[in-house]
Amino acid sequence: MTGPAKSEVRWQRKDLLGIRELSAQEITFILDTADAFKEVGTREIKKVPALRGKTLVNFFVEPSTRTRTSFEIAAIRLSADVINISASSSSLIKGETLKDTAKILEAYHADLIVLRHSSSGAPQFLAERLKSSIINAGDGAHEHPTQALLDLYTIRSRKDRIAGLHVVIIGDILFSRVARSNIFGLIKLGARVTLVGPSTLVPREFEKLGATVTHNLDEVLETADVVNLLRIQHERQRKEYFPGIGEYIHLFGLTKERGKRLKPDCLIMHPGPINRGVEIDSELADGAQSVILEQVTNGLAIRMAVLYLCGGIAT
Amino acid sequence: MKPNTPSLLSANAPVLDAAAIDRALRRIAHEIIERNPDLGSVILAGIPSRGVEIAGRLADLIESLGKVRVGTGAIDVSMHRDDVGTRPELPRVQASTLPLPLENKTVIIVDDVLFTGRTARAAMDAIGSFGRPARIQLAALIDRGHRELPIRADYVGKNLPTAPGEQVRLRLEDVDGEPDAVWLIKEEKS
Repeated sequence: MTGPAKSEVRWQRKDLLGIRELSAQEITFILDTADAFKEVGTREIKKVPALRGKTLVNFFVEPSTRTRTSFEIAAIRLSADVINISASSSSLIKGETLKDTAKILEAYHADLIVLRHSSSGAPQFLAERLKSSIINAGDGAHEHPTQALLDLYTIRSRKDRIAGLHVVIIGDILFSRVARSNIFGLIKLGARVTLVGPSTLVPREFEKLGATVTHNLDEVLETADVVNLLRIQHERQRKEYFPGIGEYIHLFGLTKERGKRLKPDCLIMHPGPINRGVEIDSELADGAQSVILEQVTNGLAIRMAVLYLCGGIAT
Repeated sequence: MKPNTPSLLSANAPVLDAAAIDRALRRIAHEIIERNPDLGSVILAGIPSRGVEIAGRLADLIESLGKVRVGTGAIDVSMHRDDVGTRPELPRVQASTLPLPLENKTVIIVDDVLFTGRTARAAMDAIGSFGRPARIQLAALIDRGHRELPIRADYVGKNLPTAPGEQVRLRLEDVDGEPDAVWLIKEEKS
Protein backbone atom coordinates (compact mmCIF):
# COMPACT_ATOMS: atom_id res chain seq x y z
CA MET A 1 0.00 0.00 0.00
CA THR A 2 0.98 3.61 -0.36
CA GLY A 3 3.22 5.09 2.30
CA PRO A 4 3.12 8.50 3.91
CA ALA A 5 5.43 10.10 1.33
CA LYS A 6 2.53 10.19 -1.15
CA SER A 7 0.15 11.78 1.35
CA GLU A 8 2.11 14.92 2.23
CA VAL A 9 -0.05 17.26 0.12
CA ARG A 10 -3.36 18.30 1.67
CA TRP A 11 -6.23 20.20 0.09
CA GLN A 12 -6.87 23.73 1.38
CA ARG A 13 -8.90 25.56 -1.29
CA LYS A 14 -12.58 26.42 -1.03
CA ASP A 15 -12.84 27.46 -4.69
CA LEU A 16 -11.77 26.02 -8.02
CA LEU A 17 -11.45 28.97 -10.38
CA GLY A 18 -8.84 27.81 -12.85
CA ILE A 19 -5.95 25.46 -13.50
CA ARG A 20 -3.48 28.33 -13.80
CA GLU A 21 -3.30 28.92 -10.04
CA LEU A 22 -2.97 25.23 -9.10
CA SER A 23 0.37 23.58 -8.43
CA ALA A 24 1.29 20.32 -10.14
CA GLN A 25 0.90 18.65 -6.72
CA GLU A 26 -2.62 20.00 -6.31
CA ILE A 27 -3.61 18.82 -9.78
CA THR A 28 -2.23 15.36 -9.04
CA PHE A 29 -4.05 15.40 -5.69
CA ILE A 30 -7.38 16.01 -7.47
CA LEU A 31 -6.66 13.24 -10.00
CA ASP A 32 -5.82 10.80 -7.17
CA THR A 33 -8.98 11.79 -5.31
CA ALA A 34 -10.97 11.16 -8.51
CA ASP A 35 -9.59 7.59 -8.54
CA ALA A 36 -11.34 7.00 -5.23
CA PHE A 37 -14.59 8.54 -6.47
CA LYS A 38 -14.50 6.54 -9.68
CA GLU A 39 -14.56 3.46 -7.48
CA VAL A 40 -17.78 4.74 -5.84
CA GLY A 41 -19.41 4.48 -9.28
CA THR A 42 -18.77 0.72 -9.24
CA ARG A 43 -20.47 0.12 -5.88
CA GLU A 44 -23.87 -1.41 -5.42
CA ILE A 45 -24.95 1.85 -3.78
CA LYS A 46 -23.33 4.64 -5.79
CA LYS A 47 -23.92 7.32 -3.23
CA VAL A 48 -21.82 8.48 -0.27
CA PRO A 49 -22.85 10.87 2.51
CA ALA A 50 -19.83 13.17 2.13
CA LEU A 51 -21.79 16.38 1.42
CA ARG A 52 -24.97 15.48 3.26
CA GLY A 53 -26.78 18.62 4.38
CA LYS A 54 -24.92 20.85 1.92
CA THR A 55 -26.75 22.79 -0.78
CA LEU A 56 -25.28 23.13 -4.25
CA VAL A 57 -26.54 25.65 -6.76
CA ASN A 58 -25.87 24.94 -10.42
CA PHE A 59 -25.90 28.50 -11.69
CA PHE A 60 -25.62 28.36 -15.48
CA VAL A 61 -25.92 31.78 -17.03
CA GLU A 62 -24.68 30.31 -20.32
CA PRO A 63 -26.50 27.27 -21.71
CA SER A 64 -25.00 23.85 -21.08
CA THR A 65 -26.49 20.42 -20.79
CA ARG A 66 -23.65 17.99 -20.29
CA THR A 67 -21.53 19.96 -17.83
CA ARG A 68 -24.57 20.89 -15.76
CA THR A 69 -25.83 17.31 -15.77
CA SER A 70 -22.41 16.01 -14.83
CA PHE A 71 -22.18 18.38 -11.86
CA GLU A 72 -25.74 17.52 -10.86
CA ILE A 73 -25.13 13.76 -10.84
CA ALA A 74 -21.83 14.28 -9.04
CA ALA A 75 -23.55 16.35 -6.35
CA ILE A 76 -26.37 13.84 -5.95
CA ARG A 77 -23.87 10.98 -5.52
CA LEU A 78 -22.27 13.03 -2.74
CA SER A 79 -25.69 13.48 -1.06
CA ALA A 80 -25.80 17.25 -1.56
CA ASP A 81 -29.11 18.94 -2.35
CA VAL A 82 -29.08 20.47 -5.83
CA ILE A 83 -30.86 23.48 -7.25
CA ASN A 84 -30.52 24.37 -10.93
CA ILE A 85 -30.76 27.95 -12.08
CA SER A 86 -30.40 28.77 -15.76
CA ALA A 87 -30.11 32.12 -17.48
CA SER A 88 -33.68 32.03 -18.73
CA SER A 89 -35.13 31.27 -15.30
CA SER A 90 -33.00 33.70 -13.35
CA SER A 91 -33.60 37.31 -12.50
CA LEU A 92 -30.47 38.24 -14.44
CA ILE A 93 -32.75 38.47 -17.42
CA LYS A 94 -34.82 41.02 -15.53
CA GLY A 95 -31.77 43.19 -15.00
CA GLU A 96 -30.45 41.96 -11.66
CA THR A 97 -26.66 42.15 -11.41
CA LEU A 98 -24.53 39.06 -10.93
CA LYS A 99 -23.54 40.30 -7.51
CA ASP A 100 -27.12 40.74 -6.36
CA THR A 101 -28.13 37.32 -7.65
CA ALA A 102 -25.15 35.82 -5.85
CA LYS A 103 -26.06 37.58 -2.61
CA ILE A 104 -29.51 36.01 -2.85
CA LEU A 105 -27.95 32.57 -3.29
CA GLU A 106 -25.81 33.18 -0.25
CA ALA A 107 -28.83 34.28 1.74
CA TYR A 108 -30.28 30.84 0.97
CA HIS A 109 -27.09 29.37 2.48
CA ALA A 110 -25.84 27.81 -0.73
CA ASP A 111 -22.65 26.01 0.30
CA LEU A 112 -21.40 25.47 -3.23
CA ILE A 113 -22.08 27.49 -6.35
CA VAL A 114 -21.16 25.97 -9.70
CA LEU A 115 -21.00 28.88 -12.12
CA ARG A 116 -21.02 28.96 -15.90
CA HIS A 117 -20.82 32.49 -17.22
CA SER A 118 -20.06 34.22 -20.51
CA SER A 119 -17.74 36.72 -18.81
CA SER A 120 -14.18 35.75 -17.99
CA GLY A 121 -13.50 36.28 -14.31
CA ALA A 122 -17.12 35.99 -13.13
CA PRO A 123 -16.30 33.04 -10.80
CA GLN A 124 -13.43 34.94 -9.25
CA PHE A 125 -15.69 37.95 -8.76
CA LEU A 126 -18.05 35.77 -6.72
CA ALA A 127 -15.30 33.92 -4.87
CA GLU A 128 -13.93 37.21 -3.55
CA ARG A 129 -17.34 38.27 -2.26
CA LEU A 130 -19.08 35.13 -1.01
CA LYS A 131 -18.43 32.60 1.72
CA SER A 132 -19.77 29.82 -0.53
CA SER A 133 -17.36 27.61 -2.46
CA ILE A 134 -17.26 28.70 -6.11
CA ILE A 135 -16.56 26.14 -8.81
CA ASN A 136 -15.86 27.49 -12.28
CA ALA A 137 -17.83 25.51 -14.86
CA GLY A 138 -16.54 27.65 -17.71
CA ASP A 139 -16.15 31.43 -17.83
CA GLY A 140 -16.01 33.17 -21.20
CA ALA A 141 -12.83 32.32 -23.06
CA HIS A 142 -10.90 32.08 -19.77
CA GLU A 143 -10.93 28.65 -18.11
CA HIS A 144 -12.93 25.44 -17.80
CA PRO A 145 -10.92 23.70 -15.08
CA THR A 146 -13.01 20.55 -14.56
CA GLN A 147 -12.90 19.78 -18.30
CA ALA A 148 -9.09 20.01 -18.27
CA LEU A 149 -8.92 17.86 -15.12
CA LEU A 150 -11.07 15.15 -16.68
CA ASP A 151 -8.94 15.28 -19.84
CA LEU A 152 -5.78 14.92 -17.75
CA TYR A 153 -7.39 12.11 -15.78
CA THR A 154 -8.40 10.28 -18.96
CA ILE A 155 -4.89 10.60 -20.42
CA ARG A 156 -3.29 9.44 -17.16
CA SER A 157 -5.59 6.45 -16.79
CA ARG A 158 -4.83 5.30 -20.38
CA LYS A 159 -1.13 6.14 -20.56
CA ASP A 160 -0.17 5.81 -16.85
CA ARG A 161 1.62 9.15 -17.09
CA ILE A 162 1.38 12.64 -18.50
CA ALA A 163 4.99 13.84 -18.35
CA GLY A 164 6.77 13.41 -21.66
CA LEU A 165 3.65 12.84 -23.76
CA HIS A 166 3.04 14.87 -26.90
CA VAL A 167 -0.48 16.29 -26.82
CA VAL A 168 -1.86 17.99 -29.92
CA ILE A 169 -4.84 20.30 -29.44
CA ILE A 170 -6.65 21.12 -32.67
CA GLY A 171 -9.15 23.84 -33.45
CA ASP A 172 -10.32 27.17 -32.18
CA ILE A 173 -7.77 27.82 -29.46
CA LEU A 174 -8.33 31.56 -29.25
CA PHE A 175 -11.91 31.38 -28.00
CA SER A 176 -11.52 28.10 -26.13
CA ARG A 177 -11.50 28.00 -22.35
CA VAL A 178 -11.08 24.22 -22.64
CA ALA A 179 -7.83 24.72 -24.56
CA ARG A 180 -6.53 27.29 -22.11
CA SER A 181 -7.15 25.13 -19.04
CA ASN A 182 -5.70 22.10 -20.82
CA ILE A 183 -2.55 23.98 -21.81
CA PHE A 184 -1.93 25.10 -18.21
CA GLY A 185 -2.52 21.62 -16.80
CA LEU A 186 -0.59 19.65 -19.40
CA ILE A 187 2.46 21.89 -19.17
CA LYS A 188 2.45 21.87 -15.36
CA LEU A 189 2.44 18.07 -15.46
CA GLY A 190 5.29 17.94 -17.97
CA ALA A 191 3.59 17.18 -21.29
CA ARG A 192 4.67 18.68 -24.63
CA VAL A 193 1.77 20.64 -26.13
CA THR A 194 1.27 21.56 -29.78
CA LEU A 195 -1.61 23.79 -30.83
CA VAL A 196 -2.93 23.48 -34.37
CA GLY A 197 -5.49 25.57 -36.26
CA PRO A 198 -6.01 28.52 -38.57
CA SER A 199 -3.64 31.40 -37.81
CA THR A 200 -6.62 33.60 -36.93
CA LEU A 201 -7.69 31.15 -34.22
CA VAL A 202 -4.26 29.96 -33.05
CA PRO A 203 -2.09 33.05 -32.68
CA ARG A 204 1.62 32.80 -31.91
CA GLU A 205 0.90 34.49 -28.56
CA PHE A 206 0.15 31.06 -27.15
CA GLU A 207 3.82 30.14 -27.34
CA LYS A 208 4.26 32.36 -24.28
CA LEU A 209 2.35 29.73 -22.29
CA GLY A 210 4.95 27.13 -23.23
CA ALA A 211 3.12 25.45 -26.11
CA THR A 212 4.24 25.09 -29.72
CA VAL A 213 2.03 26.66 -32.39
CA THR A 214 1.66 25.32 -35.92
CA HIS A 215 -0.84 25.77 -38.72
CA ASN A 216 0.05 22.50 -40.41
CA LEU A 217 -1.75 19.51 -38.88
CA ASP A 218 -0.08 16.97 -41.15
CA GLU A 219 3.39 17.65 -39.75
CA VAL A 220 2.44 16.71 -36.16
CA LEU A 221 0.05 13.76 -36.63
CA GLU A 222 2.69 11.04 -36.53
CA THR A 223 4.33 12.11 -33.25
CA ALA A 224 1.12 12.72 -31.28
CA ASP A 225 0.34 10.56 -28.22
CA VAL A 226 -2.99 12.33 -27.78
CA VAL A 227 -5.06 14.46 -30.14
CA ASN A 228 -7.67 16.63 -28.47
CA LEU A 229 -10.19 18.05 -30.92
CA LEU A 230 -12.07 21.14 -29.91
CA ARG A 231 -15.58 21.77 -31.06
CA ILE A 232 -15.98 24.52 -33.63
CA GLN A 233 -18.04 26.92 -31.59
CA HIS A 234 -20.25 28.25 -34.35
CA GLU A 235 -22.04 30.42 -31.84
CA ARG A 236 -18.81 32.24 -30.99
CA GLN A 237 -17.30 32.45 -34.47
CA ARG A 238 -17.01 35.63 -36.39
CA LYS A 239 -16.82 35.39 -40.16
CA GLU A 240 -13.43 37.02 -40.45
CA TYR A 241 -11.84 34.49 -38.06
CA PHE A 242 -13.21 31.27 -39.47
CA PRO A 243 -12.27 29.98 -42.92
CA GLY A 244 -15.52 28.14 -43.74
CA ILE A 245 -16.45 24.54 -43.03
CA GLY A 246 -15.10 22.97 -46.24
CA GLU A 247 -11.73 24.60 -45.95
CA TYR A 248 -11.56 23.83 -42.23
CA ILE A 249 -12.16 20.11 -42.79
CA HIS A 250 -9.59 20.12 -45.60
CA LEU A 251 -6.89 21.71 -43.44
CA PHE A 252 -7.71 20.75 -39.84
CA GLY A 253 -10.37 18.02 -39.80
CA LEU A 254 -9.36 14.62 -38.40
CA THR A 255 -10.39 12.75 -41.52
CA LYS A 256 -10.13 8.98 -42.13
CA GLU A 257 -6.91 9.55 -44.08
CA ARG A 258 -5.34 11.57 -41.30
CA GLY A 259 -6.55 8.99 -38.76
CA LYS A 260 -4.44 6.31 -40.49
CA ARG A 261 -1.29 8.34 -39.90
CA LEU A 262 -1.77 8.50 -36.12
CA LYS A 263 0.24 6.16 -33.92
CA PRO A 264 -1.85 3.03 -33.22
CA ASP A 265 -1.99 3.91 -29.51
CA CYS A 266 -2.69 7.61 -30.01
CA LEU A 267 -5.78 8.66 -28.02
CA ILE A 268 -8.51 10.67 -29.72
CA MET A 269 -10.31 13.06 -27.37
CA HIS A 270 -13.12 15.56 -27.74
CA PRO A 271 -14.88 17.57 -25.02
CA GLY A 272 -18.18 17.32 -26.91
CA PRO A 273 -20.66 17.95 -28.28
CA ILE A 274 -19.12 16.58 -31.50
CA ASN A 275 -19.75 18.06 -34.91
CA ARG A 276 -19.49 14.75 -36.78
CA GLY A 277 -17.78 15.14 -40.12
CA VAL A 278 -16.32 18.52 -39.19
CA GLU A 279 -13.66 18.29 -36.46
CA ILE A 280 -13.63 14.53 -36.67
CA ASP A 281 -14.66 11.76 -39.00
CA SER A 282 -17.73 9.96 -37.68
CA GLU A 283 -16.13 6.49 -37.68
CA LEU A 284 -13.02 7.73 -35.89
CA ALA A 285 -15.21 9.29 -33.20
CA ASP A 286 -16.64 5.83 -32.46
CA GLY A 287 -13.41 3.91 -33.14
CA ALA A 288 -11.02 2.02 -30.88
CA GLN A 289 -8.71 5.00 -30.35
CA SER A 290 -11.55 7.27 -29.27
CA VAL A 291 -11.90 7.84 -25.50
CA ILE A 292 -14.71 10.36 -25.86
CA LEU A 293 -17.20 8.39 -23.75
CA GLU A 294 -14.56 7.63 -21.12
CA GLN A 295 -14.10 11.38 -20.82
CA VAL A 296 -17.77 11.66 -19.86
CA THR A 297 -17.53 8.91 -17.22
CA ASN A 298 -14.30 10.33 -15.85
CA GLY A 299 -15.87 13.78 -15.74
CA LEU A 300 -18.26 12.51 -13.11
CA ALA A 301 -15.40 11.23 -10.91
CA ILE A 302 -13.46 14.48 -11.35
CA ARG A 303 -16.47 16.61 -10.43
CA MET A 304 -17.21 14.46 -7.38
CA ALA A 305 -13.59 14.92 -6.31
CA VAL A 306 -13.68 18.69 -6.82
CA LEU A 307 -17.01 19.12 -5.02
CA TYR A 308 -15.86 16.89 -2.17
CA LEU A 309 -12.58 18.79 -1.76
CA CYS A 310 -13.86 22.36 -2.12
CA GLY A 311 -17.14 21.68 -0.31
CA GLY A 312 -15.60 19.50 2.38
CA ILE A 313 -13.22 21.93 4.03
CA ALA A 314 -14.16 24.31 6.79
CA THR A 315 -14.78 27.84 5.56
CA MET B 1 -4.05 -2.98 35.06
CA LYS B 2 -1.76 -0.34 36.50
CA PRO B 3 -3.09 3.19 36.89
CA ASN B 4 -1.80 5.84 34.49
CA THR B 5 1.29 7.71 35.44
CA PRO B 6 1.45 10.41 32.76
CA SER B 7 4.89 11.66 33.67
CA LEU B 8 6.39 8.25 32.96
CA LEU B 9 4.27 7.65 29.87
CA SER B 10 5.76 10.61 28.09
CA ALA B 11 9.23 9.05 28.36
CA ASN B 12 10.94 7.74 25.25
CA ALA B 13 10.47 4.00 25.74
CA PRO B 14 7.66 2.59 23.57
CA VAL B 15 4.74 0.94 25.38
CA LEU B 16 4.82 -1.81 22.73
CA ASP B 17 7.89 -2.84 20.79
CA ALA B 18 8.02 -4.95 17.61
CA ALA B 19 7.90 -8.25 19.52
CA ALA B 20 4.93 -7.10 21.62
CA ILE B 21 3.05 -5.96 18.51
CA ASP B 22 3.69 -9.32 16.88
CA ARG B 23 2.41 -11.16 19.97
CA ALA B 24 -0.71 -8.99 20.03
CA LEU B 25 -1.43 -9.72 16.36
CA ARG B 26 -0.88 -13.46 16.87
CA ARG B 27 -3.41 -13.44 19.66
CA ILE B 28 -5.93 -11.62 17.47
CA ALA B 29 -5.31 -14.15 14.68
CA HIS B 30 -5.98 -17.05 17.10
CA GLU B 31 -9.18 -15.39 18.29
CA ILE B 32 -10.42 -14.79 14.74
CA ILE B 33 -9.84 -18.48 13.94
CA GLU B 34 -11.57 -19.54 17.16
CA ARG B 35 -14.63 -17.35 16.63
CA ASN B 36 -15.08 -17.97 12.92
CA PRO B 37 -15.28 -21.71 12.19
CA ASP B 38 -16.05 -20.86 8.57
CA LEU B 39 -12.77 -19.02 7.92
CA GLY B 40 -13.34 -19.13 4.17
CA SER B 41 -16.10 -16.56 4.49
CA VAL B 42 -13.96 -14.07 6.42
CA ILE B 43 -12.79 -10.82 4.78
CA LEU B 44 -10.35 -8.52 6.56
CA ALA B 45 -11.09 -4.90 5.57
CA GLY B 46 -8.25 -2.59 6.62
CA ILE B 47 -8.70 1.13 7.12
CA PRO B 48 -5.85 2.94 5.24
CA SER B 49 -3.07 3.07 5.64
CA ARG B 50 -1.93 1.21 8.77
CA GLY B 51 -5.14 -0.79 9.09
CA VAL B 52 -4.47 -2.23 5.62
CA GLU B 53 -0.96 -3.25 6.68
CA ILE B 54 -2.30 -4.84 9.88
CA ALA B 55 -5.00 -6.70 7.92
CA GLY B 56 -2.30 -8.08 5.63
CA ARG B 57 -0.22 -9.30 8.58
CA LEU B 58 -3.28 -10.87 10.21
CA ALA B 59 -4.12 -12.67 6.95
CA ASP B 60 -0.58 -14.12 6.84
CA LEU B 61 -0.80 -15.20 10.49
CA ILE B 62 -4.22 -16.78 10.01
CA GLU B 63 -2.91 -18.64 6.96
CA SER B 64 0.06 -20.06 8.86
CA LEU B 65 -2.06 -20.98 11.92
CA GLY B 66 -5.35 -21.99 10.31
CA LYS B 67 -4.21 -23.08 6.83
CA VAL B 68 -6.86 -20.89 5.20
CA ARG B 69 -6.21 -17.74 3.19
CA VAL B 70 -8.83 -15.18 4.16
CA GLY B 71 -9.85 -12.38 1.81
CA THR B 72 -8.38 -8.92 2.36
CA GLY B 73 -9.26 -5.45 1.19
CA ALA B 74 -9.15 -1.77 2.03
CA ILE B 75 -12.06 0.40 3.11
CA ASP B 76 -11.52 4.16 2.95
CA VAL B 77 -13.82 6.01 5.31
CA SER B 78 -13.15 9.61 4.22
CA MET B 79 -16.38 9.94 2.26
CA HIS B 80 -18.44 8.55 5.15
CA ARG B 81 -17.09 10.65 7.98
CA ASP B 82 -19.41 12.89 9.99
CA ASP B 83 -16.99 15.82 10.28
CA VAL B 84 -16.99 16.96 6.65
CA GLY B 85 -16.88 20.73 6.52
CA THR B 86 -15.18 21.08 9.91
CA ARG B 87 -11.56 20.55 8.87
CA PRO B 88 -9.37 23.29 7.36
CA GLU B 89 -7.60 20.82 5.08
CA LEU B 90 -8.39 17.41 3.68
CA PRO B 91 -6.15 14.34 3.46
CA ARG B 92 -5.98 12.12 0.40
CA VAL B 93 -8.95 9.83 -0.20
CA GLN B 94 -8.11 6.34 -1.36
CA ALA B 95 -10.17 3.92 -3.39
CA SER B 96 -11.79 1.09 -1.44
CA THR B 97 -11.14 -2.43 -2.64
CA LEU B 98 -13.15 -5.29 -1.22
CA PRO B 99 -13.52 -8.82 -2.59
CA LEU B 100 -17.15 -8.93 -3.75
CA PRO B 101 -19.86 -9.97 -3.23
CA LEU B 102 -20.15 -9.45 0.53
CA GLU B 103 -23.37 -11.43 0.93
CA ASN B 104 -22.99 -14.27 3.49
CA LYS B 105 -19.50 -13.06 4.39
CA THR B 106 -18.04 -11.95 7.71
CA VAL B 107 -16.28 -8.64 7.21
CA ILE B 108 -13.78 -7.78 9.95
CA ILE B 109 -12.88 -4.08 10.00
CA VAL B 110 -9.20 -3.73 10.93
CA ASP B 111 -8.04 -0.43 12.42
CA ASP B 112 -4.78 0.56 14.07
CA VAL B 113 -6.06 2.58 17.03
CA LEU B 114 -9.66 2.48 18.28
CA PHE B 115 -10.53 5.82 19.89
CA THR B 116 -13.89 7.62 19.57
CA GLY B 117 -15.48 4.91 17.43
CA ARG B 118 -16.39 7.39 14.69
CA THR B 119 -14.03 5.84 12.17
CA ALA B 120 -15.49 2.39 12.84
CA ARG B 121 -19.00 3.77 12.35
CA ALA B 122 -17.97 5.35 9.04
CA ALA B 123 -16.37 2.05 7.98
CA MET B 124 -19.60 0.15 8.68
CA ASP B 125 -21.47 2.71 6.60
CA ALA B 126 -18.95 2.40 3.76
CA ILE B 127 -19.13 -1.40 3.78
CA GLY B 128 -22.90 -1.15 3.48
CA SER B 129 -22.57 0.57 0.11
CA PHE B 130 -20.82 -2.51 -1.28
CA GLY B 131 -23.42 -5.02 -0.17
CA ARG B 132 -24.90 -6.71 2.87
CA PRO B 133 -22.47 -8.96 4.70
CA ALA B 134 -23.81 -11.58 7.12
CA ARG B 135 -21.95 -9.88 9.95
CA ILE B 136 -19.39 -7.16 10.60
CA GLN B 137 -16.77 -7.43 13.34
CA LEU B 138 -14.11 -5.00 14.52
CA ALA B 139 -10.43 -5.61 15.26
CA ALA B 140 -8.01 -2.98 16.58
CA LEU B 141 -4.35 -3.26 17.48
CA ILE B 142 -4.77 -0.64 20.22
CA ASP B 143 -7.90 0.34 22.13
CA ARG B 144 -7.21 3.65 23.85
CA GLY B 145 -10.73 4.25 25.21
CA HIS B 146 -12.78 7.50 25.12
CA ARG B 147 -15.58 6.13 22.96
CA GLU B 148 -18.15 8.63 21.73
CA LEU B 149 -20.45 6.05 20.13
CA PRO B 150 -21.89 2.72 21.31
CA ILE B 151 -19.14 0.69 19.63
CA ARG B 152 -16.73 -1.93 20.99
CA ALA B 153 -14.08 -4.04 19.34
CA ASP B 154 -14.43 -7.82 18.96
CA TYR B 155 -10.64 -8.25 18.92
CA VAL B 156 -8.16 -5.99 20.72
CA GLY B 157 -4.39 -6.35 20.60
CA LYS B 158 -3.72 -4.13 23.58
CA ASN B 159 -5.90 -2.05 25.85
CA LEU B 160 -4.09 1.21 26.47
CA PRO B 161 -6.00 3.46 28.86
CA THR B 162 -5.15 7.06 28.05
CA ALA B 163 -5.82 10.52 29.40
CA PRO B 164 -7.60 12.92 27.03
CA GLY B 165 -4.43 14.99 26.45
CA GLU B 166 -2.35 11.99 25.41
CA GLN B 167 -1.75 10.69 21.94
CA VAL B 168 -1.01 7.18 20.73
CA ARG B 169 1.77 7.11 18.17
CA LEU B 170 2.03 3.93 16.11
CA ARG B 171 4.72 3.21 13.56
CA LEU B 172 4.80 0.17 11.30
CA GLU B 173 7.85 -0.79 9.29
CA ASP B 174 6.16 -1.27 5.89
CA VAL B 175 4.05 1.89 6.11
CA ASP B 176 6.28 4.37 7.91
CA GLY B 177 9.77 3.10 7.21
CA GLU B 178 10.44 2.93 10.97
CA PRO B 179 10.60 -0.14 13.21
CA ASP B 180 7.27 -1.35 14.63
CA ALA B 181 6.47 0.45 17.89
CA VAL B 182 3.71 2.12 19.89
CA TRP B 183 4.31 5.16 22.09
CA LEU B 184 2.13 7.19 24.39
CA ILE B 185 2.82 10.87 23.79
CA LYS B 186 1.83 13.41 26.39
CA GLU B 187 0.86 16.69 24.77
CA GLU B 188 2.83 19.69 25.99
CA LYS B 189 0.76 22.15 27.97
CA SER B 190 0.60 25.42 26.03
